[in-house]
Amino acid sequence: MSAKKPIKYAMYLAAVAVFFALILLPPIIGIFTKLSAIQEVLDQPALMQRALNAVVNSFAIALLVSALDVAAGVPLAWLITRGKSKWLNVLDTFADIPFIVPTAALGYSLLLFWNGPGGLSALFGGSLISTGWLLVALLHFTFSYPIVVRVFVGALLDYKREYEQASRTLGAAPLIAARTVTFPILKPALIAAFILSFARSLSETGATFIVAGLFENGPVFLQNMKNAYSSGLVSQATYEGATVFASLILIVTSLSIFALIRILGSRLRLPFNRVWPTMERKFSYSKATAARNTVTLLVFLVIVLLPSLFVALPAFQALFTDTFSAAISSSGVWVNYWQSLFISYLLGAIVTLIGFVVGLPMAILIARKKFGGAISTILDLLINVPLIVPSIALGVSLKFFWQNFAFIPEFILLIFAHLAITYPYIVRSISAAFERISIDIEDAARTLGAKPFAVFRTIMLPLTKYSILSGAIMVFTRSVSETGATLAVVTNLQTAPVVIVNWVRALQNPALNTNITPSVVGLGCGILIVFSFLILLLLRLVTKGKGRY
Amino acid sequence: MPEVRVVNLTKKFGNIVALDNVNLVIHDKEYFSLLGPSGCGKTTLLRLIAGLIEPDSGEIYIGGRRVDNVPPEDREIGFVFQTFALFPHMTVWENVNYGPRVKNFDLKAAGTIGHEVLELVKLHERLNAYPNELSGGMMQRIAVARALAAGAKTLLLDEPLGQLDAKVRNEIRYEMRRMAKDLNLTAIHVTHDQAEAMSISDRIAVMKKGKIVQVGTPQELYMKPNSLFVAYFIGESNFLEGSVMEVKDRELLIELRGGDKVKVLGEGLKKGERAVVAVRPEVFMTRQKTQSENVLKGVVEKISFEGTFVRYEIKLKSDDSLIVIRPSLTENWFDVGASITLSFEPEKAHVFPYPETSLAEELSV
Ligand SMILES: Nc1ncnc2c1ncn2[C@@H]1O[C@H](COP(=O)(O)OP(=O)(O)OP(=O)(O)O)[C@@H](O)[C@H]1O
Ligand SMILES: [Mg+2]
Repeated sequence: MSAKKPIKYAMYLAAVAVFFALILLPPIIGIFTKLSAIQEVLDQPALMQRALNAVVNSFAIALLVSALDVAAGVPLAWLITRGKSKWLNVLDTFADIPFIVPTAALGYSLLLFWNGPGGLSALFGGSLISTGWLLVALLHFTFSYPIVVRVFVGALLDYKREYEQASRTLGAAPLIAARTVTFPILKPALIAAFILSFARSLSETGATFIVAGLFENGPVFLQNMKNAYSSGLVSQATYEGATVFASLILIVTSLSIFALIRILGSRLRLPFNRVWPTMERKFSYSKATAARNTVTLLVFLVIVLLPSLFVALPAFQALFTDTFSAAISSSGVWVNYWQSLFISYLLGAIVTLIGFVVGLPMAILIARKKFGGAISTILDLLINVPLIVPSIALGVSLKFFWQNFAFIPEFILLIFAHLAITYPYIVRSISAAFERISIDIEDAARTLGAKPFAVFRTIMLPLTKYSILSGAIMVFTRSVSETGATLAVVTNLQTAPVVIVNWVRALQNPALNTNITPSVVGLGCGILIVFSFLILLLLRLVTKGKGRY
Repeated sequence: MPEVRVVNLTKKFGNIVALDNVNLVIHDKEYFSLLGPSGCGKTTLLRLIAGLIEPDSGEIYIGGRRVDNVPPEDREIGFVFQTFALFPHMTVWENVNYGPRVKNFDLKAAGTIGHEVLELVKLHERLNAYPNELSGGMMQRIAVARALAAGAKTLLLDEPLGQLDAKVRNEIRYEMRRMAKDLNLTAIHVTHDQAEAMSISDRIAVMKKGKIVQVGTPQELYMKPNSLFVAYFIGESNFLEGSVMEVKDRELLIELRGGDKVKVLGEGLKKGERAVVAVRPEVFMTRQKTQSENVLKGVVEKISFEGTFVRYEIKLKSDDSLIVIRPSLTENWFDVGASITLSFEPEKAHVFPYPETSLAEELSV
């Protein structure tokens, strides 16, 4: 066995090397090559104040939204895993929809729903929610929601229910049992869900920009600077300085926050140690449960699902018009569309596959502390970096970095960019799943004569299948829908979201005088959503049942 | 008074019938065991009584109250899981005090109860340890203490000793019984270890494939098994196949497969019917000088010394094998290859009709 050790360590080292070379360092080096530009911002107090304000807004929104997402997503995860209806599997897949809609289209969709004359606002006369922080918060709530659901469903499926049953037989009503036993034991998953949703909120650019109006958070500030630079309002130096300045503060602050959560998290007890048996009993049984489920489903439907799909509504009308036949026969603007769809799915598949291969050893390394606890903690923190860098900043700095290697084709560049963005999802979900499984089980298999790889294949893989699948789904959907970074990296190649963003821009800017209509955009989004949904459903059916222990 | 009663209880998992129309009464303050081979439905029955799963049909009563629709927390039971399920994020003290806390007991009284039960299981000095710092035996006792502190009057124990090593297991099982008796509890103890069930139970239910085969005291099950399966599962038995030659009141004359004729006591068998005679290994006598009935001749094939007893494997003329157990210190031993004459008294054997399928099938689990 000891003869095999070097091979194993070589594998882990390679995983770490890939992480540094491909994922962590390029954007950071990209930023650092322009570090001197910061001086430019320091010389302009007003601009600096504006940047700082934007960063503060980012954290405020992220904090608010993640807390709300955990509060709203956990009950849905509970319903999905504990409910008895066979429709829950479908519900589970529906929860992924906000993932699939390209973020830019999602922003546009929410804008139509909450703000536009045709959406919910019509019921209230005028626009219900104007652009600004509230709409940004709603948007972030919507796209972070599936992350929380995904992570917590995985955790609940891996959870040994005997703890909860023991608590029940000791006299705890269901609510108390969940609060005092299940949630504390699943605290790592709650923290993971919170971090993922927090990070996502910090970094999302494309959609936020659409609904932000005059409100600025970090990414919107960056986008505004970029636009100002493109239209010649600020100098290149100011633009680069502002980008580097804001990105750096975002990265440093959020890393500190994550480190804090990581260190305090394990010591932190959930705040409610007390129990109120009589009162909590009242909220434990059928009426209260039904009410909770209703509210949960309503929140999901009205705040998450409907607004996400709203943009595709015109698709139904489009089904009976020329637009549809044009789409099917792939004429006019649609040639581009189908091509981009193909590129997007191909890209998504490749990124998921590579992400899995390079992420898996890293996940094991972290979960099983192969290089010791300290290194695990540090790696675990660094994994988050690509998550929290605003995707536009990530794209820009990747571009800064990779433009030195002009011979690399754009498609490969895109793979690198998407890998960098999605890598944390796969590592996070696999390592969390491994951490939940006792090392005894692995040891048992080893003592039965299984080689390490066989242990992985026959024991760990089946046991963590749902979590791995969740990771894969997050990676795939994130890649298929990613807009900000893609736009920043490529010049010629068009992915589906890029096409759709261009269409949305054309719509919002009638001066451009294109033949893009709302029904074209609707149908474009609709087709993308339907395809992605079918792929996810298929994935889930293929892996159905067996992963649920 | 927690008498536990189940009526026509059935539970299916998909196509598998885990419990098939089970009826059972467990008396107040009884130490009762559910005994049966793996997969026979013991855990299922226990979980149904606890309310951790719901029956497909049937009724469950605890202390005369129908509890089918009562959630587990209101059934006034304590459940000890095979893996103990001690809350990993709580200390021993917090685990033990969990029941009183969530049941809204007076906290001062609860503290006293907590100390009492920890005293009872002799783990008072480990108050502040976390479960992962405890040995298996300690965890087991904490799991019991936790259930007791919650005020359980009925203890449901799912293989509570299954995770412990043999020596600890033997010690703790008497402790479990003593504790239940001292505290006037009703205890239902699931096990597939017949020695464990026999040594601590007031009564035992033997289960097979989702059904209860026989309920009785350990002696009853041992002395008067009602079926081949119980004769096989409780203690040890030799099974001799044959057919009924003569019926005289309760006295049957059976011709065995090898041609030997034996006389046994039994009911319900007719002349010409196929039968199986079950004889326990310690029933055989080896030193019968005078010619008596029920004589079987054979050759010693194998000897194993088991301390108190010597175990012989004997090949009969019919080619059937028999196990015979004799005291090791008060008799001379037979050597391998020695001829041996065995006999047994008619009232010490049991006779059953030959099973409809086959003997092997009947004894299979
Ligand atoms: N949750 C479940 N889903 C499907 N089948 C189940 C489930 N629980 C039990 N079974 C099946 O029901 C039957 C009885 O199981 P049970 O756990 O009650 O057996 P047992 O007597 O406790 O066995 P053991 O001694 O091995 O613990 C078995 O065939 C088992 O496979
Ligand atoms: Mg069992």
